[in-house]
Amino acid sequence: MTHFFRLPRLSWRFIPVWRRNYLVWRKLAIPSILGNLADPMLYMLGLGYGLGSLLPDIGGMPYLTFLAAGTVAYSTMNAATFEVLYSSFSRMHVQRTWDAILNTPLTLDDVMLGELTWAVAKSLLSGLAILGVIWGLGLYGSFWMTLWLIPMVALVGFCFGGMGLVMNAVSPSYDFFLYYFTLVITPMVLLCGVFFPVSQLPPLLQNISAWLPLSHAVDLARPLVIGSMPDRIALHATALLAYGSLGYVVALALTRRRLLK
Amino acid sequence: MLKVRGLTKKYGDTAVVRGLDLDVRRGECFGLLGPNGAGKTTTLRLLLGLIEPDSGSIELAGIAVPKHAREARMKVGVVPQMDNLDPDFSVRENLLAYGRYFGMDRSAIAARVPELLEFAGLASKADAPIEQLSGGMKRRLTLARALVHDPDILFLDEPTTGLDPQARHLIWQGLRRLLNEGKTIVLTTHFMDEAERLADRLVILDHGRVVAEGAPRALIESHIEPAVVEVFGEDMADWTRARAAGLCQRFETVGETLFCYTGSPDTVIAALKQVPALRYLHRPSNLEDVFLKLTGRDLRD
Repeated sequence: MTHFFRLPRLSWRFIPVWRRNYLVWRKLAIPSILGNLADPMLYMLGLGYGLGSLLPDIGGMPYLTFLAAGTVAYSTMNAATFEVLYSSFSRMHVQRTWDAILNTPLTLDDVMLGELTWAVAKSLLSGLAILGVIWGLGLYGSFWMTLWLIPMVALVGFCFGGMGLVMNAVSPSYDFFLYYFTLVITPMVLLCGVFFPVSQLPPLLQNISAWLPLSHAVDLARPLVIGSMPDRIALHATALLAYGSLGYVVALALTRRRLLK
Repeated sequence: MLKVRGLTKKYGDTAVVRGLDLDVRRGECFGLLGPNGAGKTTTLRLLLGLIEPDSGSIELAGIAVPKHAREARMKVGVVPQMDNLDPDFSVRENLLAYGRYFGMDRSAIAARVPELLEFAGLASKADAPIEQLSGGMKRRLTLARALVHDPDILFLDEPTTGLDPQARHLIWQGLRRLLNEGKTIVLTTHFMDEAERLADRLVILDHGRVVAEGAPRALIESHIEPAVVEVFGEDMADWTRARAAGLCQRFETVGETLFCYTGSPDTVIAALKQVPALRYLHRPSNLEDVFLKLTGRDLRD
């Protein structure tokens, strides 16, 4: 294993890989946008209005606003995760597109950076759509403050793109990804304050929650939506960056072992 | 064009490539032959710098590999064993996207596309999706794709495996044309007629080592008797026991056939004509006979 590990060598040659994914996405943009965006939006609006009408304000905001902020983080996470799991896996394992690219001057570092940045782009799209609803329904405190959500969703996409690539590297088939969703993604959604405040959890789970990447995303998103400056921005941003970078580096080593042995 | 010295690659305790030396000259077609598992594909991956050797040196188009593999791959076009065309793109888009990986800009690639489509015989299919292409068309497109950046040298890994005879001939025709244009080709194959037809020089690999090297004709002349008489029929076994050792310089029985290798086929045939129950086939020996002599007849699965 050790000799598969080395620090990534980043180069601009990742751009054609990003571009390839973009061109393919463009062909199916409408169904893809509907598929990726409708789901979180329906949950947000359905639960926000339906459940929200039964609930008191949470932390001084209506439940719909509370949930909208959580959904920005959650839908961004999902967009990146689905992209690097199912779509990257198709390109790597099923279609052998990566093999074809590796015969050109590109390296695996470039290919996976292209996949990761593409996942960031998909996250941005998903985050912007939720942001559009937030703007449209006037669920924000300060319009200018909500603009900070844009770099934030990119960072969240980077974080979960990097982590998801690790799963991609070790997966024998599509079915394997279900473990990741059941054991990592779903518990994280429930523990990280997307649907209800973390303070409702027992102390032990609160402590665990503080370490999870989605918590950092939610802790940034919620203040930004209601128009206040988040606490400990550097900590949250660094944590998201660290999870994503570590994921990318580990995924690179594991994929190198998988494809280039 | 390609210089390899002492190339070795081990997986655990098994050496897949053991001390390989190769020299490929500019403008020639060089064949890498060997049974399954002989190390052909591993060798190609080493040459491209996709995997790192345990020892030995590679110089591809004057560039050290794997140290400068990225620069070296700029000079190489690769046709892999398995088709990996991009199924999300049309024929033309496949060429356009592939050129980008070599850092070409859109206009430079677009200028090459008509020529490449014509080369592949796919001008009328430019906008067809990949799934509509036949196996032969896919291979031709893969070959055209490998040429998008006008490389000096081409690596072809079993380029005609799985194709029907018509499609194989079209690929061969294309490769001939490339050789006439001065390209260098490195070809792995286990079709002996393909190697005999295309390769100027070749090596036969077995267990990661070169077991023979030279021009196809020279290999046949130096490694094997000039003619083969294949004998089959009910009495083959009896006849073999009684006569083969006396008449053949070397002989082998495989299943129901006796392969009698000889410098004087006429004598063998005269003897065979006296036994009407036997049928026979007389032919000049070929590369396949050399290959089987050197690598044996055991299955390599």
